[in-house]
Amino acid sequence: MIQLTVNGKERQVDVVPDMPLLWVLRDELGITGPKYGCGIAQCGACTVTIDGLPVRSCQARIGLLEGAQVQTIEGMTTKPFRAVQQAWIEHQVPQCGYCQTGQIMQAAALLATTPNPTDDDINAAMAGNLCRCGTYARIRTAIHAAATQLSPTHSTES
Amino acid sequence: MSPTYSRREFLIGSAALAGGVAFGSYSLGVLATTPEPNNPLLTGLGPESATFNPWVKITPEGITLVTPHADVGQGVVAIQAALIAEEMDLELAQFDTDFGPPSPVYYNGGLVEEFAPFMATDLSPEAEAARAAALQWLKEQGMQMTGGSSTVPDSYTKLRVAGAVARETLKAAASKRTGIPVSELGTKAGAVLLPGGATIPYTALAAAAATLAPIEEVTLRDPSQWRLLGKTMQRLDVEAKCTGSLQFGIDLVMDGMVYAAVKLNPHKGAPMTGFNAGKAETMPGVQQIFPVTNGIAVVATNTWYAMKAAEAVECQWAEADYPSEQADHWAMVEATFTPDQADKIWRKDGDMEKALATAEVLEAEYRVPYAAHQPLEPLNAVALVRDDSVEVWTGHQIPQGVEQMAAALTGLQPEQATFYNQYSGGSFGHRLEFEHVRYAVEVANKMRGTPVKLTFSREEDFLQDFPRQIGMGRNRGAVKDGKIIAADFHIATTSAIRSMFGRMGMPSTDPDSQIPSGVWNMTYGIPNFRTTAYAVTGLSPTSSWRSVGAVTAGFIGESFIDELIHAAGQDPLQARIELCTVDYHRKVLEAVAKMADWDGPLGNGQGRGVAFVESFGVPVAEVIDVTATDKGIRIDKVWVAADVGGVLDPINFENQVQGGVVWGLGHAMNCELTYADGRVQQTNFHVHEGMRIHQCPPIEVMGLANGPKIRGIGEPPVPPAGPALANAIFAATGQRIREMPFNKFINFV
Repeated sequence: MIQLTVNGKERQVDVVPDMPLLWVLRDELGITGPKYGCGIAQCGACTVTIDGLPVRSCQARIGLLEGAQVQTIEGMTTKPFRAVQQAWIEHQVPQCGYCQTGQIMQAAALLATTPNPTDDDINAAMAGNLCRCGTYARIRTAIHAAATQLSPTHSTES
Repeated sequence: MSPTYSRREFLIGSAALAGGVAFGSYSLGVLATTPEPNNPLLTGLGPESATFNPWVKITPEGITLVTPHADVGQGVVAIQAALIAEEMDLELAQFDTDFGPPSPVYYNGGLVEEFAPFMATDLSPEAEAARAAALQWLKEQGMQMTGGSSTVPDSYTKLRVAGAVARETLKAAASKRTGIPVSELGTKAGAVLLPGGATIPYTALAAAAATLAPIEEVTLRDPSQWRLLGKTMQRLDVEAKCTGSLQFGIDLVMDGMVYAAVKLNPHKGAPMTGFNAGKAETMPGVQQIFPVTNGIAVVATNTWYAMKAAEAVECQWAEADYPSEQADHWAMVEATFTPDQADKIWRKDGDMEKALATAEVLEAEYRVPYAAHQPLEPLNAVALVRDDSVEVWTGHQIPQGVEQMAAALTGLQPEQATFYNQYSGGSFGHRLEFEHVRYAVEVANKMRGTPVKLTFSREEDFLQDFPRQIGMGRNRGAVKDGKIIAADFHIATTSAIRSMFGRMGMPSTDPDSQIPSGVWNMTYGIPNFRTTAYAVTGLSPTSSWRSVGAVTAGFIGESFIDELIHAAGQDPLQARIELCTVDYHRKVLEAVAKMADWDGPLGNGQGRGVAFVESFGVPVAEVIDVTATDKGIRIDKVWVAADVGGVLDPINFENQVQGGVVWGLGHAMNCELTYADGRVQQTNFHVHEGMRIHQCPPIEVMGLANGPKIRGIGEPPVPPAGPALANAIFAATGQRIREMPFNKFINFV
């Protein structure tokens, strides 16, 4: 039995220690915001935070997460996250939307450490998040908009 | 659906029906030369509720708009609902949407062009009569299908009429209740407006409206009066997709549900000859392992347990009936270029042999490999089989096909099968196929009474994908006195359409118009112009891949046109403008020239290229700027002009065009599927990644409205992207790349 905190709630799961956090969240706890896309950390659709840092949940073995604090998109409340999520809605970023929960989690992590990202910063931080529909132009626009909302002096010029 | 059909026979046989069909007549009843299928919304309609047609349902609790075209990310729930809401005077927050039950009443009339082999620019009476006959035939077939960028063409009039019928019937109900003449009533924001300003909500009128015959003769609003269409709209599904609350098919949960995975013969279509599940059966969470068609299934308490156990099952596979090595696939494509194997000569202007004899002949060969669909949501489905019913939940573009397959696999009657469509995390053609349905139902049929969720691992999804067609072009041409005098295209690909319909039990031997799509319909006034298509057989099964034939033929055609223009010493964009014979096509080229400020070559290691392809009736021109850097080619910017005859949803239009360009570029640059030992070698995104954000340039988009018909935009931006990039690379470096993916020949930043 492994104990961890997910979105502020203490949860216990009884699975093998090798099971990736992604499948604990989706199939054991019914939290479906994190998506299965590749299983090998190539798409970023499963991104969550563990102890505040963005992680591909398909690679995080549950056996190493005893006592960890996990946040999925359903439980995120940080200021950068709120700004990113709002910008995503206003700029209508999603097409199919399947990758977008992971994109939003990754973008929020970027703004938490880099409040004034350039296009190059955005490209570097978001390169691991694959979008098959091709929403990248809007992703860049939305990240700049969120950065501006958080710090009005943010320049969208790169 | 008849088991076999011939588009040719159909056209001859049904031409006589064409006289009764009138375009532009705004009544749902006019097209009815056969009995209308019943409105499926009447089934289970509660008290004090009304449905006026298969798209609108009102109960005391609220309004539901049915959006029968599948939403695979292209935003068609929102546009279908907006078309109804516009005429019904509903605000976007005043209704729910539902995919509705599969029904022939939701037949897709937008597919007419696919069944009437005329150029989209041909509006002659003969061509229009063929389209009218095709529409009648589609209605008689009653096939509900999403694809071919046809949702907007199908829905544009039909759904506005549906909204107007509801509006007028609700007004009639209000008139009956209040005694006020209909002529003095208005509608606004989900309510009937009485003189003096009082309102009666539609929901309060449902019971009265249900007693009236729907008012079928309606007048549609002039576009100048539109509140929603053509204006910035908030797509209905965006917020839920940004909070994680939107439920995709893969997110469904049911009481008592078990989780399944499959391991199938990677030699597609061939059987399994033996298996050993000894080790897998002892693995954690595993409940059952049993054979299914061409493989095994594992049922477990968690998807991951099921996938891990499936990996551990040792299987013996039979060989497929296509070559096991990639070189042999190419050899079979090459061997198809013989006159006796021509599928059809689609166009023959002038005297080709005579023209080629009078000038120096330019020849060039092009290649386009297999590529995978791989939407980010892997194939999955939930199925529940009982002794008297089978139910399936997944995202699919052919709803009745799901029910037919579910019934056939379980031995139940078609009316005992029910399909519930779901939002899909992408498709790009993948959800026109049935593998997720087949295996979810097969597994659930062995566990009757228990709901089963089957999820394909990414690797399994790649291995079982029916990819984009493989193909080659062998082109000849000639220039004289600075002008192109001849262009002779020979295009050989597998037929994605025949492959796909063959799997559906609808084999066709008719020429496949998708093979030469984008070339035979070129609107360049080249005096000697010929297009010959060849259908390659005996290779991997293939399927529709976003833009279908136009992605292969468009590259083969527009790259070679560029070669001829350069040979003639002309400017690539100015020459295309001068060659173009159709006004609204030329305006697209002129628009993109203006957007990009096209003024000849760039120099200094920079290059710009242009390509112009019409597919699905939509002319699209793209200009791409690149820079040759120390680390490789960098794409600096893309400009796109496209004419869909009128843009209904500007934000989504831009999003679809940008996405189509990314799809076209990413796969042209970086992706191929190759076969070795009879199986696909690329099984995850690290070796087939499309495009990532760091390669994505700014993409500027303009929608024009000069075309004569309303068209869809999901696919047409894809085909010009590859050739525009190749032409830009040539302009920057002098290197002419004639094969995808380009990264085999040049590095990208």
